[in-house]
Amino acid sequence: MVGITGYGSYVPRYRIRVEDIAAQWGKDAEVIKKGILVNEKTVPGTDEDTITISVEAARNALKRAGIDPKDIGSVYVGSESHPYAVKPSGTIVAEALGITPEVHIADFEFACKAGTEAMWVAFNEVKSGELKYALAIGADTSQGAPGDALEYTAAAGGTAYIFGREHIVAEVIETYSFTTDTSDFWRREGAYYPRHGGRFTGEPAYFKHVYNAGIGVLKKANMKPEDFTYAVFHMPNGKFPLTVGKKLGFTKEQMDPGWVVPYMGNTYSGSSPTGLSATLDVSKPGDNLLIVSFGSGAGSDAFIFRVTERIDEVRDLAPKVREMVEEKRIYLDYGKYAQFREKIIMNE
Amino acid sequence: MSTQKVWRKRIERYRLMGQKCKSCGKVIFPKRLICPECGAKEFDDVLMPDHGKIITYTTVFIGAKFLEHDTPYVIAIIELDNGVRITTQVVDMNPEEVSSGKEVHLVFRKLQAEGKTGVIAYGYKARLI
Amino acid sequence: MRDVGILGVGLTRFKEHWDKSLRDLFVEAAIKALEDAKVRKIDSMYVGSMSSGLFNNQEHIAPLLADYLGAKNIPAVRVESACASGGIALRQGFMEVASGLSDTVLVSGVEKMTDCEDPTSALAAAADVENEAYFGATFPALYALIARAHMDRYGTTREQLAFVSVKSHKNGAKNPDAQFQREFTLDAVMNSVMVADPLTLLECSPITDGAAAIILAPIEIVKTMKSKVVKIIGSGVASDTIALHSRRDIVSLDAVRIAGERAYSMAGKKPEDIDVCEVHDCFAIAELVCIEELGFVEKGKSGKFTEEGNTEIGGKIPINTSGGLKAKGHPVGASGIAQAIEIYKQLTGNAGERQVQDAKIGMSQNMGGTGASSVVHIMEVVE
Repeated sequence: MVGITGYGSYVPRYRIRVEDIAAQWGKDAEVIKKGILVNEKTVPGTDEDTITISVEAARNALKRAGIDPKDIGSVYVGSESHPYAVKPSGTIVAEALGITPEVHIADFEFACKAGTEAMWVAFNEVKSGELKYALAIGADTSQGAPGDALEYTAAAGGTAYIFGREHIVAEVIETYSFTTDTSDFWRREGAYYPRHGGRFTGEPAYFKHVYNAGIGVLKKANMKPEDFTYAVFHMPNGKFPLTVGKKLGFTKEQMDPGWVVPYMGNTYSGSSPTGLSATLDVSKPGDNLLIVSFGSGAGSDAFIFRVTERIDEVRDLAPKVREMVEEKRIYLDYGKYAQFREKIIMNE
Repeated sequence: MSTQKVWRKRIERYRLMGQKCKSCGKVIFPKRLICPECGAKEFDDVLMPDHGKIITYTTVFIGAKFLEHDTPYVIAIIELDNGVRITTQVVDMNPEEVSSGKEVHLVFRKLQAEGKTGVIAYGYKARLI
Repeated sequence: MRDVGILGVGLTRFKEHWDKSLRDLFVEAAIKALEDAKVRKIDSMYVGSMSSGLFNNQEHIAPLLADYLGAKNIPAVRVESACASGGIALRQGFMEVASGLSDTVLVSGVEKMTDCEDPTSALAAAADVENEAYFGATFPALYALIARAHMDRYGTTREQLAFVSVKSHKNGAKNPDAQFQREFTLDAVMNSVMVADPLTLLECSPITDGAAAIILAPIEIVKTMKSKVVKIIGSGVASDTIALHSRRDIVSLDAVRIAGERAYSMAGKKPEDIDVCEVHDCFAIAELVCIEELGFVEKGKSGKFTEEGNTEIGGKIPINTSGGLKAKGHPVGASGIAQAIEIYKQLTGNAGERQVQDAKIGMSQNMGGTGASSVVHIMEVVE
């Protein structure tokens, strides 16, 4: 049996409401909220970045895994907002967790899919027998261009998964990946903000890949939507995952625990991994879980998990996603948000 | 701080690695060569706890250059559960919420970066529980 | 050990001297001291400067300034103990004369702070750079931590802190060499910009340029040249951990207490014997803690003691008649020497409107960083 030995997330405390962003650009907040089904998003503190978020998420995963960090054989951090363009986030994360030096480290990038990519590789290293434990993290402090539609949803957060053969919390039943060359959303080297194809990001990108990955993994595992307790889909906004989930045959109740986007925003590489974490927080032994990510460029990774008895022992060992989303929030106005996100030209 | 110095201090700052005197048992952070209590020179590595309480604090309105736009921010002396004291920022709350005696836990954060192109130094800060 | 006396003193006005360089300031003060001493030649010199390197990008200033003074080939050494650099320069000169190694020694201090774009970072180098300043603690923040702890432990109030500044400025207004020559009300002090809670702008010493110098000589020589002979009867130095969080007790300044004890012991005197004292009031709270550590008031009671007027010019123990670092200014390296000069003026009856009646024995206390070093001198006027 190979699967998740430990899982943990981190959600920053700062928030900005859709109302404040809309007011800045003279837009109708209610219309926007109805369209994207997002109310507010997380904002990283000025001292937070993908690396700090990864460390906090991984520390929570270690609390649930209950293993010696030195037994982790690889550390993979997937993000589209790595603090360095050249220098892996993974080395700092591994050093902070006490995993170095006998460890393999690599950073991943595939827009919002980089987290599940890290999970994919970590899982396969353990499955192959090469490693005892492997750590995969999806974290981001994504940037939305000022006044752009994505500014309402680009958020910060991350989740870490330790894969292993022992003390499994959720077994991997099946995996499947569906990928094509589709430039729906991209950022050129050196560009400060990303660009996207507007409505082109919908049907030919998100929906095509998530749907096909969903169908593909179900077929491969010979399972139907009714076999699942919960399903998590990548959440660029509140609407897309509900639409694709429905199309695949899942109910709103199945998607509810993982549907964290309305009060978090889209944490990009952390999105579906955090949805899965929130789902694990409420699952019961025997539950079948589906997670399908999406990364622009474009591709989707799908995993099917089955929850084990151990979930009841570890669930409470670290903060739960909903707790972190709800507690001690600090709201920022647009000016403070712009300062935090370095959107103001300072006198350096 | 140069990349060399950031590197040399990374284990101390990322994981709060300190030491315990083999002779008198005093716990010391950061590490030293000579025990300030008994003068002995042999130690065991020991990690500091990530939980403590605020001994004293202040809200800084005119700040250090690297934090000049982050004011007001809170600096506190924190006594960790094992008696060791450290000085750092208390983050993620309104300054009015801080008072002496309150419990904190330590979090991993950016301390400083050398401009937009220099190396980033990470370390410990505190958050109210 | 020989007895050591003061042959001459001199200092520049303390202020932002845009038109004067570090070299200019030192020479001005040194020449005044030499003229006051009526000597042309000195045997050696010490200059205290906290950081000519960080403020002015110039190290090695002792030979530089000796040369500028026209003192050819003399032994010239710069000493540094952060804000106690001046006091330490006095200490080193005192030892050199007392030991018999030299007869006339120039002890001085100078700091040129206003050429520097970021003096706050340079000042923070007096704290533990790696474990305090790097985490965001500024100098005012560190003293604010002490203030908060003192308020929590002893009930010291914000009003009592402000009172220190009110008194400092009242005295400074009587001091023509002081940076600030105006008084402030209690309200004005308390409502000035908050720097690091609870310390407001008017409770923090300023950025200043200035220099001060004293000529020391064996008492025998001083007696032949001065009608009022001031002898240095006690000198004490002590160090402590650099980081505030490593101290034995956050509301105590052990280095001050121990340096004081050593000075009292050498002088054979007690706190009650002191008629006037200059203490290191880099921040209002520092004065309150220092007068406790020097034994003028019981631990924890300095706030009330000050509020009741005991440290005013006519009070039980006048503190900082010069205006203190707050009103007089704090060109870091020069302060320790300037403090000693104020005591000298008090003991020789030359303190003008600030004169303390019948001042016979005086003390000056200089401190570095948040109390990691301190140096105390006691002087007596001998007829």
